[in-house]
Amino acid sequence: MKILVCISHVPDTTSKINFIDNNTKFDTNGVQFIIGPYDDYALARAVELKESSGATITVINVGLVDTEPTIRKALAIGADDAIRVNAEPTDSFFVASQIAEQAKAGGYDLILMGRESIDYNSGAVHGIVGELLGVPSISPVMKLDIEGNTAKLAREIEGGKEYMEVSLPFVAGCQEPIAEWKIPNMRGIMSARTKPLKVVEPSTVDSGVKLQKFELPPAKGSVKMIPADNVQELVNLLKNEAKVL
Amino acid sequence: MNILVFVESAEGKIKKNSLEAVAFAQAMGGSVTALALGNVEISELEGLGKYGAKKVLHAADEKLNQGVIQAYAAVIAKAFQDENSDVLVLSDSSLGTPVGARVAAKLGASLASNVVELPNTSAGFNVKRSIYTGKAFAHVELTKPKKVIGIKKNAAEVKEVGGNVSVTPYQASLSDADFSTKITSAEKATGDVLLPEANIVVSGGRGMKGPEHWSGIEELAKTLGAATGCSKPVSDMGWRPHHEHVGQTGVKVAPQLYIAIGISGAIQHLAGVNSSKCIVVINKDADAPFFKAADYGIVGDAFDILPKLNEAIKAAK
Repeated sequence: MKILVCISHVPDTTSKINFIDNNTKFDTNGVQFIIGPYDDYALARAVELKESSGATITVINVGLVDTEPTIRKALAIGADDAIRVNAEPTDSFFVASQIAEQAKAGGYDLILMGRESIDYNSGAVHGIVGELLGVPSISPVMKLDIEGNTAKLAREIEGGKEYMEVSLPFVAGCQEPIAEWKIPNMRGIMSARTKPLKVVEPSTVDSGVKLQKFELPPAKGSVKMIPADNVQELVNLLKNEAKVL
Repeated sequence: MNILVFVESAEGKIKKNSLEAVAFAQAMGGSVTALALGNVEISELEGLGKYGAKKVLHAADEKLNQGVIQAYAAVIAKAFQDENSDVLVLSDSSLGTPVGARVAAKLGASLASNVVELPNTSAGFNVKRSIYTGKAFAHVELTKPKKVIGIKKNAAEVKEVGGNVSVTPYQASLSDADFSTKITSAEKATGDVLLPEANIVVSGGRGMKGPEHWSGIEELAKTLGAATGCSKPVSDMGWRPHHEHVGQTGVKVAPQLYIAIGISGAIQHLAGVNSSKCIVVINKDADAPFFKAADYGIVGDAFDILPKLNEAIKAAK
């Protein structure tokens, strides 16, 4: 089985978000980048599938050269080789088009990624890749088992879960608890250095989405503290001041 | 401008977030057509007129009773073309978001999800969307003639602007290839109020000390008609089911009122609640970082405060 895992290179979840250049660029100063947490679940499940039933894992990232440490981390976790499409990942359609092109060339049985990236949160790449390849796309997937040519999945829906079956190949957007995040061991880190990382140039795509500017939300006003022995005061404030009761 | 709205339903009823999508489209101006798929009660469909739909299309084929992403995308894209639509509006949800992505790719449309307010069309077609899990916004221009926009909860106020409309049956041409995903069963979570759609959420964290102490949270939620939530450690330890996990990698909520009890307020938890209108934090640690993100705070023992708060709210109702 050939698995393609798509990873995003995103600011650590504890990062302070700031913009520069007149609010047109993300400020990377002091920000640590990680594999997208949802993508990390997808990768972890791929590694489990590889360990249990044999598979090769290719990771793909659309990003400039600064994403290579993140890609090497995915190789250290257990992917066999990697593709980097050398471009700024500007929007979902652009990224999905690059992935679909590489996926077509590679002939994968399974394409896994996170349900969304934690920077732009679009949650669209899996759907667009599925559409461009003409295969099913399922998200958010919280359980994935493969038996022969068939996959059994659980998808989280508002107020419950849906269980489904689908034949390979397909695309899945993953989330917890599909697998536990894996921490690379020393052997993985050493071997990752020499695993193949192919760099390809992007194809031209017009996604019809143009960034104008970023904006930060207004600063939160200060908290109003209420004595623990006066919950009545809290109820009054919620009712009359915040008007939420 | 012709606007098509995909409305979702559950057990025959239109979902609340889909009413917001209709209201959003109505507020955009133009002619609003709503499209519902599968089993939906006729009175529910007619009622969409009250929120601004001029026309309601219903593709009632029973194969559409289950939300198969690929099949839904095919039907919606076809209806978009049949109706000469310019914009598709849907609400971001576990079904709406993945369906919207496929529809946009099918139509060659510009796509934006997590849109938080009405588009600005004074020059071009510009939308404001939430990014970095609620920590920032991006203003983007959608430049293609066809557009697909997913709206975030609370992007529009649901209000009645008209009366019922009649429902037009929509004959969807279904292809077997679009149904290769077979939904075999579904499982309903317990609890009356769904967390992602709730107007009030009562959440508990590690400060609750164990799953056996959750009755206080459940009782308060019941009094308020609220959904119950929890922090990531609580769901990781199995004290509460995973679907109650609120945060960066869990459910993102946007209620009118969020009450956090015994949650310290790690930045990953805040990412899931920062769209709430009003946040109340109850924690015995006065230095808990959550207080900085709160509107109202009480430093004290949750087990002492919860029953008193429950009684005070009951009395105020």
